[in-house]
Amino acid sequence: MPDATGLELLAHELRERDGGLVLGTAYFRERATVEVAPARVIGALETVRDRGYRFLCSLHGVDYYPEEPRLGVLYELLDMERVDRVTVKVRVPTDAPEVPSATGLFPTANYQEREVYDMFGVVFDGHPNLRRILMPDDYEGYPQRRDFPIGGEPVLFTHNENKVPRWFA
Amino acid sequence: MSATSEYRRREQSITLSPLEDRADEHAADRPEQELLTLNMGPHHPATHGVLRLLVTLEGEVVRELEPIVGYLHTGIEKTCEDKAYWKVIPVIERMDYLAYYFNAMVFCGAVESLLDLEIPPRAQYLRVIHMELNRIMSHLVWLGTSALDLGAISMFWYCFRERESVLDLFEMSSGQRMHTRYFQVGGVIEDIPLGFAERVRAFCAAMPARVDQYEAILDRNEIVLQRLRQIGIVSERRLLELGVTGPLLRATGNPWDLRKAAPYCSYDHFDFKIPVGTVGDNYDRFRVRMAELRESTKIIEQALDGLPEGPFITNDRKVALPPRHELATSMEALIHHFKLVTEGLRVPPGEFYYPVESPRGELGCFVRSDGSAKPARVHVRDPSFVNLQAFPDMVRDGYIADMIATIAVLDPILGGVDR
Repeated sequence: MPDATGLELLAHELRERDGGLVLGTAYFRERATVEVAPARVIGALETVRDRGYRFLCSLHGVDYYPEEPRLGVLYELLDMERVDRVTVKVRVPTDAPEVPSATGLFPTANYQEREVYDMFGVVFDGHPNLRRILMPDDYEGYPQRRDFPIGGEPVLFTHNENKVPRWFA
Repeated sequence: MSATSEYRRREQSITLSPLEDRADEHAADRPEQELLTLNMGPHHPATHGVLRLLVTLEGEVVRELEPIVGYLHTGIEKTCEDKAYWKVIPVIERMDYLAYYFNAMVFCGAVESLLDLEIPPRAQYLRVIHMELNRIMSHLVWLGTSALDLGAISMFWYCFRERESVLDLFEMSSGQRMHTRYFQVGGVIEDIPLGFAERVRAFCAAMPARVDQYEAILDRNEIVLQRLRQIGIVSERRLLELGVTGPLLRATGNPWDLRKAAPYCSYDHFDFKIPVGTVGDNYDRFRVRMAELRESTKIIEQALDGLPEGPFITNDRKVALPPRHELATSMEALIHHFKLVTEGLRVPPGEFYYPVESPRGELGCFVRSDGSAKPARVHVRDPSFVNLQAFPDMVRDGYIADMIATIAVLDPILGGVDR
């Protein structure tokens, strides 16, 4: 793990590349997180990748409700040679949930960005195929958001299939 | 007599030289063919679950493929947000239904990291024993079903016979054969029963001979070799770009294994090797997993030899239930018990990503806590989901029959893909 000093050095390098890029750093339980401006996340990821963190382990969304900006996208990056992990984080509001797609830098982001779009409604600009992946194509709403209720969905059986809306025209 | 020797001669005459690219053997004198888009699944026996494939075929050659997933999506991540931490464990175990100990491990590991909790050494060793038994069990299911896809039905019975004995061991230690809920936040639920260690030792002593038998059936079998060798090759570089980990990556010669690279759960105490392949074809993937079966038995034996004495779960009463006998005598124990059962444990605010090496690659769990008794977000980075992205690269410009072999060797677990 980069220690607290290593994290600040990384943040410094990012700041040198682009003044307003870094929004904050956090060092918690020996894991380093650097939060960057959403519009410029590709530049940040590129810098971090060129420092050796070439493997994108995971990309996932978080809903920070009731904090603002609500939605977060986390990029868990791994340096396989030094066995070192760093997290890059962006936060976007629900009314303009737009983040540039990282598929150009990391092809593995393809499915995972689709999942974040599916579950949180974060729109990844420049994604080659931004469609729902786990939920049905015609599903409405973003189920992993914190204000999305649990339950209340009609379960389809033969006895009620004529009554379930949008199923039986 | 002569018939046997003729058979043996042919069996031993299988050359290991690379097979020519059979897909384009007659490309020149083949008439132009129309592309055919074929839908396979989601209910297709060879897809190992409810995986749907849109295959674009030119004759019998796969030109493009799109996996369509989501048919087994059960919203487990959403369900977790509505459950107390310890009630999440049984739900999350049902994601990748062949690697339930690993699922429980990542979640408990992430929560323990958030709590900054020390795990007793005995609990760590017990976890290692169960996880490696689980790895053997998962690889056995993979081997049996993959061989079944290649037409070798007897392998299926042999592998499931050994899997059965692993499940018996799980039943002995936890009372359940699958989805055991044995791992707890802070350790394991119960110490192993009397006689468990002996039975695990007997299993570990028998297992290498069993693997020899599997290899005797498969290793020189011409059908298996022709279906596996030089099929589904993807370069190491491309696999890394696609985020592929586990046996699929190790088959290309990259020895990346979190048990060695970033030891968790005292894996650094054990002496074991990381099997790697050379070219990264289906045969290498098959060999890597076969070798992992042997390495896992070695780890289990070492863990049994060095099993430390001491508590099997943390003594932190805010996290783990007090022992049953204390409830009769200690008011404080009763209060802790009541608070834990009614409310659950509280975790300090923060977020953590905890990875382990599952049978299929890096299994990671991201937990965000807001300080309450329920997690604010649980996300599992399932290796099956990420590895599936490499599938089109593996099967492009190969025969559709080889695609079935490749998906068997890819070993996706749809419960993990769709969660």
